[in-house]
Amino acid sequence: MKIVLQALLVAGFLAGSPVCAQKGGADGKQEPAKSCEMPPELMSVGDNVLGTVSAAIKIRKKLDILVVGSGSSTLAGPDGASIAYPARLEASLREKLPGIAIAVTTHLQPKKPAEEVAETLKGLVAERKPDLLLWQTGTFDAIRAVHPDDFRNALDDGVGSVKAAGADAMLMNLQYSPQMEAMIATEPYLDNIRAVAQQQDVPLFDRYAIMQNWGENGVFDLSNSSRSFALARAVHDCIGRALADFVIAAAKVDPAEFKAQR
Amino acid sequence: MTLAAAETEISPPKTIVAPPVTERELRLDLFRGLALWLIFIDHLPTNVLTWFTLRNYGFSDATEIFIFISGYTAAFVYGRAMQERGFLVASARILKRAWQIYVAHIFLFTIYLAEISYVAARFDNPLYAEEMNILDFLKQPDVTIVQALLLRFRPVNMDVLPLYIVLMMFFPPVLWLLRKKADLALALSVALYAVTWEFELALPSYPSGTWFFNPFAWQLLFVFGAWCALGGAERMSRILTSRITLALAAAYLVFALAVVLTWHFPRIDFLMPKMLARWMYPISKTDLDVLRFAHFLALAVVTIHLIPKGWPGLTSAWLRPMILCGQHSLEIFCVGIFLAFAGHFAIVELQGGPWIHLAISAAGIVIMSGTAWLLSWYKGVADKSGSHQARKSSAGAA
Repeated sequence: MKIVLQALLVAGFLAGSPVCAQKGGADGKQEPAKSCEMPPELMSVGDNVLGTVSAAIKIRKKLDILVVGSGSSTLAGPDGASIAYPARLEASLREKLPGIAIAVTTHLQPKKPAEEVAETLKGLVAERKPDLLLWQTGTFDAIRAVHPDDFRNALDDGVGSVKAAGADAMLMNLQYSPQMEAMIATEPYLDNIRAVAQQQDVPLFDRYAIMQNWGENGVFDLSNSSRSFALARAVHDCIGRALADFVIAAAKVDPAEFKAQR
Repeated sequence: MTLAAAETEISPPKTIVAPPVTERELRLDLFRGLALWLIFIDHLPTNVLTWFTLRNYGFSDATEIFIFISGYTAAFVYGRAMQERGFLVASARILKRAWQIYVAHIFLFTIYLAEISYVAARFDNPLYAEEMNILDFLKQPDVTIVQALLLRFRPVNMDVLPLYIVLMMFFPPVLWLLRKKADLALALSVALYAVTWEFELALPSYPSGTWFFNPFAWQLLFVFGAWCALGGAERMSRILTSRITLALAAAYLVFALAVVLTWHFPRIDFLMPKMLARWMYPISKTDLDVLRFAHFLALAVVTIHLIPKGWPGLTSAWLRPMILCGQHSLEIFCVGIFLAFAGHFAIVELQGGPWIHLAISAAGIVIMSGTAWLLSWYKGVADKSGSHQARKSSAGAA
């Protein structure tokens, strides 16, 4: 199977055919500039409104976002953080909302279950005073097979404490990986993240479904086993841009207004 | 769905006479076969066929059907053995069966290890650096393999057999009590279920967490199945066939469907009353939430109405593959788990679109059915060599 795949890849290079190259995940074809179109239903924010974010943009003209996450919120290597989605989110928001002071900071807590992360959220909001806390979660709990009910309670407490501390909260779920799907039971964690988002009325950025959509439609070859950073860079860039659109949509802000002011 | 089986076929324990194997309740086999197919489809990545699986339309899913029917058939087969040969012999057979399931589980674990080691050796994409931690256990094979032998380390999709093993291990005394005082046994089972919820009893797993299917909770369904087989269903038959029960069951199924729709279509979630949501969620699969149990019961009530005993469709050639699968449930279950691993692997390596997924799912069901047919053929041939074999193999079908 692998040999066939490699043959395809080579054939793709030789022929220079964009279709083959895209399917094979050849490095050069996944430049960050690539458009990452996605189906609108995955970008639906529902009725949830990020009130604090909205006020921050419209009135205070500044927006502070704190990303709390695990290993999949960054990339390894010296420039890993600068190509990971939080940095891409910041760049994309600056582009889309000119005139607004945007700051996206991260507080990553890898190898910690949601229960432990949840306990830190109240203090983090008090200390850093973000307008929006984006909580990327679920991966570590799924790997450790934490009891789904415990996971859910932790999420519920965590989101509740962020809201109580005066920031908007938003959730982000796991990454989709065709390979890992056979090894990590993601479903209970995805279901519980979605359920808590619904109950707490906070937007959920469905990274899993979005990446699955990309994988199925051949936008990215997510089963590429190469050590190259090209795929990671491109996926994180697209996640960052999509997040920027998502935050703007959830804050019910019209980016056209800001463009006009410039 | 199999409750009515007991109405006419099974008389109360004391008068049980061994019926010929041909008098099998085909509905049990049919629905267990269906459960096996659905479990297989649910273990594969989402595809078109996933939309036909039960869990998209209600609270319960194929696992409930599988465990209930397993309890039912275990009581039926080993109850007869206990009647004829006594407690010791029947217990020995039950434990032998538990051992077979254990060996099957370890065999599947070996295949899982092979697959995961293959991936670990080849896959190193920095995008998934965090997810790769799942492979950490390969660094400590000494610990991992011992934990797997102790049933504490449970890879994905390998949760049902450990549950089945534990249920079978404790089945001899349960069956004994069921045959003496059926209602007391069921009451104790309900009590254990209640205690489990109250005190959060659970079996620990490695490296953390608990068993995905909590045996202390799921035993209720198994014992309930056994209770039905030993005359409980017959005693309940008036309630089961009443129009009021049917109406209640149908109403509950519609309610569950409506709730599940709000999960699939978040846009209509506003229709879900907050109070109800607070009370209902989370609907625990691990601890067999009472809403799931009730959903299974409602499904069973409606199904036995729609598909009565002796329903002509049961003999149709179209349902034959499903029935055959149900008749060799352990083997077909294992084949299904293996095919789910293999299917995953094929989907990743082939990088197929939806059509490849569909083809792989369909091929899996064909292989499961073909294997079941082969097993039936072999059993038929083997049985001819001596009638004393027949009893043995019918015991093997539980």
